[in-house]
Amino acid sequence: MSSMTMSPRIASWLQATPFTLIMTCLVMVPLAIILAVSFMDYGFAEIIPEFYLGNWTDLFRSSLTVDTYATVFRQLAMVWSITLVLGFTISYYLVFHVRSNMWRAIFLAACAIPFWTSGPIRMISWVPLLGREGLVNQALFGMGLIDQPISWLLYSEFSVILVYVNMLTMAMAGPIANSMAKISPSIIQAARDQGASEWQVIQEVIIPLIKPGIVVGTIFIITAVMGDGFLVRAMSGNQMNTPAVAIMNEINAFQFPPAAAKSVVLLVIVLGMVGLLLRFVDIRKELAR
Amino acid sequence: MKIDTDFNAKNLMPEAEPPVEDGATKYDVELVAVSKSYDGGAKAVDTISLRIPKASYCCLLGPSGCGKTTTLRMLAGHESVTDGDVLIHNRNVTDGAPSARGTSMMFQSYALFPHLSALDNAAFSLKIKGVKKAERHAKAMEFLKLVQMDHLAHRMPAQLSGGQQQRVALARSLITRPKVLLLDEPLSALDPFLRVLMRTELKRIQTELGITFVHVTHSQEEALALSDLVVVMSDGQIMQAGSARDVFEKPSNAFVAKFIGGHNVIDVEGRKVSVRADKCRIVQSVGGTNIPAEVTNIEYQGPMVRILVKDSDGKEYHAQISDSRFFADPPVIGEKVTFSWMPEDEWRLAA
Repeated sequence: MSSMTMSPRIASWLQATPFTLIMTCLVMVPLAIILAVSFMDYGFAEIIPEFYLGNWTDLFRSSLTVDTYATVFRQLAMVWSITLVLGFTISYYLVFHVRSNMWRAIFLAACAIPFWTSGPIRMISWVPLLGREGLVNQALFGMGLIDQPISWLLYSEFSVILVYVNMLTMAMAGPIANSMAKISPSIIQAARDQGASEWQVIQEVIIPLIKPGIVVGTIFIITAVMGDGFLVRAMSGNQMNTPAVAIMNEINAFQFPPAAAKSVVLLVIVLGMVGLLLRFVDIRKELAR
Repeated sequence: MKIDTDFNAKNLMPEAEPPVEDGATKYDVELVAVSKSYDGGAKAVDTISLRIPKASYCCLLGPSGCGKTTTLRMLAGHESVTDGDVLIHNRNVTDGAPSARGTSMMFQSYALFPHLSALDNAAFSLKIKGVKKAERHAKAMEFLKLVQMDHLAHRMPAQLSGGQQQRVALARSLITRPKVLLLDEPLSALDPFLRVLMRTELKRIQTELGITFVHVTHSQEEALALSDLVVVMSDGQIMQAGSARDVFEKPSNAFVAKFIGGHNVIDVEGRKVSVRADKCRIVQSVGGTNIPAEVTNIEYQGPMVRILVKDSDGKEYHAQISDSRFFADPPVIGEKVTFSWMPEDEWRLAA
């Protein structure tokens, strides 16, 4: 075969070529275009290819920017803390307390089956549940607990957070359960043998050992919440503005250059957050085994 | 291995406890008709009773699946007891938590906490008790010194060899000041050279601390070398419990004689006897039992040579003779010889 005479150097380059092409064409070039467009002027539904700093000065002068980021960070903090607590609890129960394989399979199926329907449908199906005439209000009314419908159930920050938690808990629970499953039972027994209570085992042994899983889950949550515009718009009834919603609004109005500038800022912030997390925890350990 | 003579291990252990008033006992561990079955199925451990005298080295010896590890784990409290009682220092601990029984367990895989340094591993139980950092580190250092690991105190487990990890695991167990240390096949993961070295070390530490060690092993060599008390188990039952010499010289039944090795189990006039292979010869014995046989294999073992023979019925025997006697007139494979032993070397086995 002719490949037997190929130098290892050339072979390595050939092996790296497909991924390099994909990364270049589908990631690097589009990002470069976005960056370039962010420095261009625009008119009604047109990009004017002239150097223009106005998109950037507007972005940094506008109080809207600060407001949208304040909103999204608040949501991120809430979603992250709730999914972390839920994800940890679910994984801990599944990994350390469910003994029978049958029950473990049933619980895993219960976690997985909702994903058979698409995300938007799972999202929208909350509407008939939470609306003024929705199931929840009707049930509470029927039980005589309220005499008029609760209005903050839908199209509010509550519904946004609730649906985020519904969509993202498994993204947090999955990596955590994966980390937990790698902890050898004898390590837990050794800790018990040393006098640790269940809570001390969690604190001193389990939490330090699942940090990589928590980081992977956190990255999923950060990228999902920071990058989402659809869910916020749908569940807040177009009443909340996050950076991604602002970008979507401008794109819908064909104002591509300011949308590009906002995208660059959002990308830098998200990459910065992920980079910071990876500095503290080595997730390669998690991916390696 | 160098032993630090300035270092007095006894200082690490609690001051001698005041003598127990009534019911004072000579035993560190007592098992009273202890059984273990899983989900009502067959018994993994079947009604065993055992007393381990104070400050002794006890080995639970047996093939895999004989219940020795289950017995150890019931002692440790990591396995519930289906029936019977476990007493430690004359206190019934059958349903007690692992840390409340005065035992400490050393796991087969060492089970060190991978995220903690050797020092923090050793100091773990003190941290759990809320001991201040400086104090617990000082204490942990003393125990790492006992196992000669003080120079590697700041290494992480992944940076330590198997033998070193084991020493750290030993320090971590001993720092809880157990009355009884439980060791689950502590030497099986080590290479043969290290195994013998660590064996000596375990015995030294046990003697210095003056506490009881219960050591699970499937190696009869290990059990004979270490034990004050050898407990041979099979099928969830105790076959024999006694001193190493008793077990070797006076095996109670055919299983023990075969498992402990170095014995021929022979039917003589309808009853089973065991004859130590080193008492057998491959020449005619005057006044002894002589069996015509053929040499099937020869194993050179250094000071001794092991010769396997087969009689006309196909029954196999083996003899261990000194190398000097062997080389004086070495038989070859296939040679017709006389396999013999003297009646006084027969040990009668229980049916």
